[in-house]
Amino acid sequence: MSNLNQLNSVLIKKTLKLDCGKEISNFPLAYETYGNLNENKDNAILIFHALTGDQYASGINPITNKEGWWNYAVGPGKPFDTDKFFIICANVIGGCMGSYGPGSIDPLTNKPLGTNFPVITINDMVNAQYNLLDHFKIEKLFAVAGGSMGGMQVLQFVSNFPNKAEVALPIACTASHSAQNIAFNELGRQAIMSDSNWKEGLYNEKSTNPDKGLAVARMAAHITYLSKQGLQEKFGRNLQERSDLKFGFDADFQIESYLRYQGSVFVDRFDANSYLYITRAMDYFDLTKQFGGNLSKAFKNTKTKFFIISFTSDWLYPTSENKDIVIALNAIGADVGFVEIKTDKGHDSFLLDVPDFLSTIKNYLNTTYSNINERRI
Amino acid sequence: MKEEFKVISKFIEEKSRVLDVGCGDGILMEFLSKNKVVDIRGLEISKEKVKKCLSKGLTVIEGDAENDLKQFPDLSFDYVILSQTLQAFMNPEKVIENLLRVGKKVIVTIPNFGHWKVRLDLLFKGEMPVTKNLPYQWYDTPNLHMCTILDFYNFCNNRGINIFKTISLNGQTISNIKRSNLKYKNLISELGIFLLEK
Repeated sequence: MSNLNQLNSVLIKKTLKLDCGKEISNFPLAYETYGNLNENKDNAILIFHALTGDQYASGINPITNKEGWWNYAVGPGKPFDTDKFFIICANVIGGCMGSYGPGSIDPLTNKPLGTNFPVITINDMVNAQYNLLDHFKIEKLFAVAGGSMGGMQVLQFVSNFPNKAEVALPIACTASHSAQNIAFNELGRQAIMSDSNWKEGLYNEKSTNPDKGLAVARMAAHITYLSKQGLQEKFGRNLQERSDLKFGFDADFQIESYLRYQGSVFVDRFDANSYLYITRAMDYFDLTKQFGGNLSKAFKNTKTKFFIISFTSDWLYPTSENKDIVIALNAIGADVGFVEIKTDKGHDSFLLDVPDFLSTIKNYLNTTYSNINERRI
Repeated sequence: MKEEFKVISKFIEEKSRVLDVGCGDGILMEFLSKNKVVDIRGLEISKEKVKKCLSKGLTVIEGDAENDLKQFPDLSFDYVILSQTLQAFMNPEKVIENLLRVGKKVIVTIPNFGHWKVRLDLLFKGEMPVTKNLPYQWYDTPNLHMCTILDFYNFCNNRGINIFKTISLNGQTISNIKRSNLKYKNLISELGIFLLEK
């Protein structure tokens, strides 16, 4: 990650008061855009990334040289059609792709902040990204969209700024992180922190890296993104380049080898401390609690049109939790559409080639955009 | 557009809030939102149909009337529409109760099991009737609770539900159903369209 300095980035001068009480200012927010902002500035879509995503939603990520994380959904002719819409995607604060995070240098010590970085929340992430509207001089976004943690940011965004987006697409998410969600995140954090190379978060200074812990965290999390049926169909009990069991602890099974590979490529692109901070932000997310136990109140003043999507095989953020958001919105007469997409690809469905999902979003966005324009005329 | 939908849309005043329960492909929703400028929502059980509606930019949620109506607050819609689905519910009585709770007015369409063709089928053939509006065999029908226009009329009366207007639909022919012609209309109508209020 040597060329982080060359990324698109805006320096946020305004002071941001974080939920933890600390204030930050003059911090960088790295972003990427796709497509062009039209003259009326009414075609902008702000996309929020998930836990391990970044600003490179589409095209080739210049750091990893791999396809952007939402390449199926964002691009010319795709659901978030860059021939039509202006897509903005920023790296969340706490991240490791150029935005203010635990890897940022502390000007006082000239060393990475590490665990001196403040604990941030989904609310803080959203408030930081809101500055992008000023940066691009956009009065109102056409849409805000995101899956998983990105969906949580969508909910928080509309709650904080009820009149700043025409359409909101929270996908495969929840309004409140469950005990199970927190448990899995804690498992990942413990894997990182118990790696002796983590060094209380100061691994950068000591020129080590908690690769093993971070890889295990990723392996565990990766299982939660897939469905049992999906895993069974893809791997079953197939053996990895061998004809029989070896009676040892090498990767006998393909699934083991697959997970090890996922862990090993992850450590090349992701920072361990960022993983701690971002999972913490997700765990702290409880929009219902923010509004005294009544989720409807979070959206009281909004005119935003919601479209909520869940997936049948997603057990991490199951349909029932997505439906709770639908119910809260209907309780106050908000404009909300909802569909559960049938797929065996688990939570990861939103990132994958699931034609039903992609085509529904594409048509929905196109029709809604033209309906809004018709209304204006 | 179906004659039935024309009748329904005549019931609906402009600029009202409407919930279409079992909205299907959203054809009525589209028509109403183009012609009556209403704020219209749909509830539909079939994923395929929900996707079709959402693709058209319609506000539809996937769900079924027996479980998902409860999320809507009391009297939150000016009109609630239930077109030809009452007979498919496990508990139609409860659904009607909920429709009347959510809507200030409720429009219910029922395929009439009292139509003469249906009666003849059973009388002469001795077989369960299969007609244009009731195209199913007895073993694969989703229709659990068939009723006649007269049955539904009595159902409402017995529960103190106000019937504002009842329309008979027989092919293209639209006519009013009154207390005086009820038995006759029950014989010749394919569909009965009821405008109700609690």
